[in-house]
Amino acid sequence: MPGPLSLRAPQQLVGVVGLEVHAQINSNTKLFSGSGVRFSAPPNSLVSPFDASLPGTLPVLNKRCVEAAVMTGLALNCTINRKSLFDRKHYFYADLPAGYQITQQRRPIAVDGMLTYSLLGGKKRSQVIRKTVSIKQIQLEQDSGKSLHDDLRSQTLIDLNRAGVGLMELVMEPDMSCGEEAAAAVRELQLILQALGTCQGNMSEGQLRVDANVSVHRPGEPLGVRTEVKNINSVRYLARAIDYEIQRQIGVLQRGEAVQNETRAYDSKSGFMPEPNLPPLIVYEDNASLPSGIDACQAVVVQKIREGLPELPSVKRDRLVQTYGILPEHSFTLVNEDGLVEYFEAVLKATKKEPRKVIGWVTNELVGHLKHQDMSVSQSPISPSALAELLELQETGHISSSVAKQVFQEMWRSSGRTALEIIQEQDLGLVSDTAQLHSICQKVVDSHPDEVRKVLNKLMGLVQKETKGRADPVLVRAILHEKTS
Amino acid sequence: MSVFSLAAKRTCRGVSCLKITRYSVTNVENFHRRRNRCLQSHITNVTRLFSSHPHNSKVPEVATWELVPEDQLPPPAHIPTDLVDKLERLALVDFRTKQGLACLEKAIRFADQLHVVDTSGVEPMDSVLEDRALNLRDDAVMEGDCAEELLQLSKNTAEEYFVAPPGNIPLPKREERAALLKHSEL
Repeated sequence: MPGPLSLRAPQQLVGVVGLEVHAQINSNTKLFSGSGVRFSAPPNSLVSPFDASLPGTLPVLNKRCVEAAVMTGLALNCTINRKSLFDRKHYFYADLPAGYQITQQRRPIAVDGMLTYSLLGGKKRSQVIRKTVSIKQIQLEQDSGKSLHDDLRSQTLIDLNRAGVGLMELVMEPDMSCGEEAAAAVRELQLILQALGTCQGNMSEGQLRVDANVSVHRPGEPLGVRTEVKNINSVRYLARAIDYEIQRQIGVLQRGEAVQNETRAYDSKSGFMPEPNLPPLIVYEDNASLPSGIDACQAVVVQKIREGLPELPSVKRDRLVQTYGILPEHSFTLVNEDGLVEYFEAVLKATKKEPRKVIGWVTNELVGHLKHQDMSVSQSPISPSALAELLELQETGHISSSVAKQVFQEMWRSSGRTALEIIQEQDLGLVSDTAQLHSICQKVVDSHPDEVRKVLNKLMGLVQKETKGRADPVLVRAILHEKTS
Repeated sequence: MSVFSLAAKRTCRGVSCLKITRYSVTNVENFHRRRNRCLQSHITNVTRLFSSHPHNSKVPEVATWELVPEDQLPPPAHIPTDLVDKLERLALVDFRTKQGLACLEKAIRFADQLHVVDTSGVEPMDSVLEDRALNLRDDAVMEGDCAEELLQLSKNTAEEYFVAPPGNIPLPKREERAALLKHSEL
């Protein structure tokens, strides 16, 4: 029963998601030392005295890391701080030999940016929906070493190879509402970083680490208690983990309980002090603003970096739409899958078929089959030239569309066999021989007199409808019989 | 020797006087005790004699500082138990004895004197290097590959790894710690 008019029906609890992304900078050496950066190397072989925090060592900033941060900031529409500062964040952990991490909490290198990402939504997931998320800041900071827990001997093994590697921490505002949005935002960020070359973005190798801050609330009301979702090593799992947490929190609140927040001891904003060994980092807008006498290799010039930015994914998508006349949702899929653009363009080279007619095969048939078996484009059993051959056969009328799809399946299953081989083997060729078709049609009509009568009756009914029942039935039947024989 | 005599000249003014005098006396005493055992302190002692030479003294004859009167200082800070707990957690130091807390309070009171300084219109400085240029390094590998040397510095290693105690053993909650810290006076 409806209540008093002054009472509104309570709104649904919705999720609020913010992300903290740590992107490992793609550089030869670490942030403050000349040790090498590699994914796997013998333990503690990529460690200098500074990385091991031995007394008497000092940090020296890597120019490449600064350039990477500026490049990333520009690509994400940030304001680059001409002057940024370094801080120490103190906490105790065995993989942090100095007892503090050098970071840029107070005044980071880039602030106030925006990431535009897209989702495929709508009824058939064919509509490209654009969304944005604000970037609060991008800061340079050190990575920690790796600890391996040996529970058997009750000890932790420490490898400092990763200690001191440069990271860009990107803080995204809580503008997202579910796992799908967060995953799409991360995917777009991954594509941007990979296009820039500032981070290889491989989540499974820890090059891109995402922590999600999740809370729920009713729209318009204050934000709820946040919990953190961590240790995620794939974009897909990120979406699921976030959605699970949102549902869990909703369940907790609906039961009348409160969401518990387990903050780490160093989460409270204490333990920060300015880094006394590093003067402020200055970057220059253009060559004109360089101080006289400065060595070129000591200057990071924003204008130069801006001019050198490569083509970003969003621009690439628009270009593909323009060049090939394909739909935005197709372009979205092309850019989203690693290697798909190259595959598509290779097919186009080998066939005369129009791009608009080829794209469906690539984004639906090919991608559909790949996703079903969790494969990447590079693992496709059907090569671009093989697909092109199949499409040519369809285009020239040798096979029908439905047969083409069948042949595709067969080609997928038995990698290496060509379309032509399969068609000839299974006699799937299009029958266009008029005489042959004539005799088949006559045979069918002769052997199904009931069907013929049903069809004629139906047509009669339609004609009567059209003439509002005034047609002469005998005449109509004769005319129809003539028309259909 | 003049350090010694200087200490004797200083007078204690009221309750808020700090125990600097006694500290420096003890220090000099220890100095002389260690002199005969430690080469380094002997060298330092010689240097000290020179710097305290009447013609070359860097130490003023009379104290040049004054204690700040109590009324110019902000109210004394009281440290609640929760804060003590948090500080102990951050610093990994147990100090919740009467003496430990008194020491902390006196240290805070000493620092309170900074409030007397007028800093309006002055930008905070966080490094004496702030007007120097930050040196940028070329991205070329120059270091590393010294695992053996580094591992030798550690008492406990396993193959090529440093060995540390398991995880981060979290400090027990205050209620649980009460049982552990029976000598605590809180």
